[in-house]
Amino acid sequence: MSFTTHTGNRGLVLEEKLIFEQGEAGRCGVDLPKPAGIKSRLGGLDRDSDVGLPGLSEPQVVRHFTRLSQKNFGIDSGFFPLGSCTMKHNPRLNEKVARFSGLADLHPMQPESTVQGALELIDQCAHWLLVLTGMPAIAMSPASGAQGELCGMMAIRAALDARGENRRRVLVPESAHGTNPATAAACGFTVDMIPATEEGRVDLAAFEAKLGDDVAGIMLTNPNTCGLFERDVRKIADLVHAAGGYFYCDGANFNAIVGRVRPADLGIDAMHINLHKTFSTPHGGGGPGSGPVVFSDALAPFAPIPYVVKTTDGFKLVETADEKDGTKPFGRLKGFHGQMGMFIRALAYMKSHGADGLRQVSGDAVLNANYLLARLKDKLSVAFPGYCMHEALFDDRFLKDTGVSTLDLAKAIIDEGFHPMTMYFPLVVHGALLIEPTETETKESIDQFCDAVLSLVAKAQAGDAEFFKNAPYLTPRRRLDETAAARKPVLRWMPETV
Amino acid sequence: MAKKFSQEHEWVELEDGIATVGITDYAQQSLGDIVYVELPEVGKKLVKDGDAAVVESVKAASDVYAPLDGVVVEANEDLDVNPALVNESAETDGWFFRMELSDASQLDELMDEAAYKDFVEGL
Repeated sequence: MSFTTHTGNRGLVLEEKLIFEQGEAGRCGVDLPKPAGIKSRLGGLDRDSDVGLPGLSEPQVVRHFTRLSQKNFGIDSGFFPLGSCTMKHNPRLNEKVARFSGLADLHPMQPESTVQGALELIDQCAHWLLVLTGMPAIAMSPASGAQGELCGMMAIRAALDARGENRRRVLVPESAHGTNPATAAACGFTVDMIPATEEGRVDLAAFEAKLGDDVAGIMLTNPNTCGLFERDVRKIADLVHAAGGYFYCDGANFNAIVGRVRPADLGIDAMHINLHKTFSTPHGGGGPGSGPVVFSDALAPFAPIPYVVKTTDGFKLVETADEKDGTKPFGRLKGFHGQMGMFIRALAYMKSHGADGLRQVSGDAVLNANYLLARLKDKLSVAFPGYCMHEALFDDRFLKDTGVSTLDLAKAIIDEGFHPMTMYFPLVVHGALLIEPTETETKESIDQFCDAVLSLVAKAQAGDAEFFKNAPYLTPRRRLDETAAARKPVLRWMPETV
Repeated sequence: MAKKFSQEHEWVELEDGIATVGITDYAQQSLGDIVYVELPEVGKKLVKDGDAAVVESVKAASDVYAPLDGVVVEANEDLDVNPALVNESAETDGWFFRMELSDASQLDELMDEAAYKDFVEGL
């Protein structure tokens, strides 16, 4: 039965107006007595117009934001297989530990002597990351994966400057995350794209042909964004080193190899680690993210300040470049010491899993992705043959001549109650669908998703394109006009009378 | 002169020594709705196969390459206000920029319409 309600609400799913469209002038959550006789010291610059805030009671404000939060779909609501993003469960133990008052109530400007435990925690977190990567040095302060990339490439730039070499070309595979070429460009390098082979990996011959004495290094993601392990990684490292360059590894997909492969053994010089991906800290967890960067011996002297050291007098945060002989930090990336809340959660995750548990994390992530790949590969079209790592990549050949696009299919998947997979990335694959189930999903939830996708694919191939063009049907809003939103964005609410 | 085409899906049309450059109809179809075009400044020196412009669609941002060596003499300002022109008429009103060629013989390295059609069908 389908009908429209008087209110526009659908059962207890409420139609929510913008907060500016609610309330009444003069209404307020608090009732303070009028202050008596304040003399303005603004020299005639007092505001004489209305601020324009809506008049709302406290329960109206609480309801507004509660309702908005109920419209949100996150990893705590359901299956969220957004490839390349690793939307895995954030264990509640991590949250509990991060809220201990001894940690949560610290202030970054407290004297060192009063935060010895916190500094030790940073040091321990750093230690675990160094052991897992096999690397000799680490910068904990970068505030995101992207800033981690910047940190790594700035260290490479500083090392080249110290050698007095003007190498400015950085090699980047065409399947790379968009941040890789952006980072290289931001550091003053030019970007040279390396083509991929038919099987979705770096074309070794093309890579070798591009090497030269102007090459600063390579930025390579491993496993790459096609969900494949770069088998020639050791050879690539040797070749770039022999040519005098450095090897930056984008560690975004470390979750697929943690506990099994040590990046140091692959010959890398720098790699960032997204704590929210491999070590389960929340995406956008209450503030900036965290992207610690590990360094080889060649780049270690150039790592940024600050960093924690253990001395006979306890732990110390090294804040200035000249406190330790022999180092040449390229500078500072961030105020204070890094994203403490994320270090706590990541360390809680590592310690609660232990070394064997972390090894199982990557194993289960790869197993789940391959299970999903096996269930879908006969009806969808796989982009590259063989097993995948932590994510399965399909192209849109299976939709050829159906009149249904990758986007249309994704919209129909929303109606089935799932967050869609990543679409149209990596760019090297036509109409890409990149699906990453993560290790924290059960077989039941992966099966339910695969059953839903297979039923939709059958429907598309049966010729029901019209159904897909109009999806989604069951969401608070139907298909949004993404083109109009980009071409004519409405960035600010204005009252209708203006 | 008849249009010439590059493997990177740009078209070129030479008239009175000035080459008009845009992206092909196949390219605009593959990109989907175009929402922004970043054009080169007049006077900019372009190198064949080097970056010349950026086109952004709802799906992705892509580089547009210079199909030939030369200097930019005009950019299509209509695209600033109406990037949809590229979707509507990629090979006419939706042109990107005009350039003075350094070496007109480079045109011979590009495909003619029939060859480009075959090339696209093979993709």
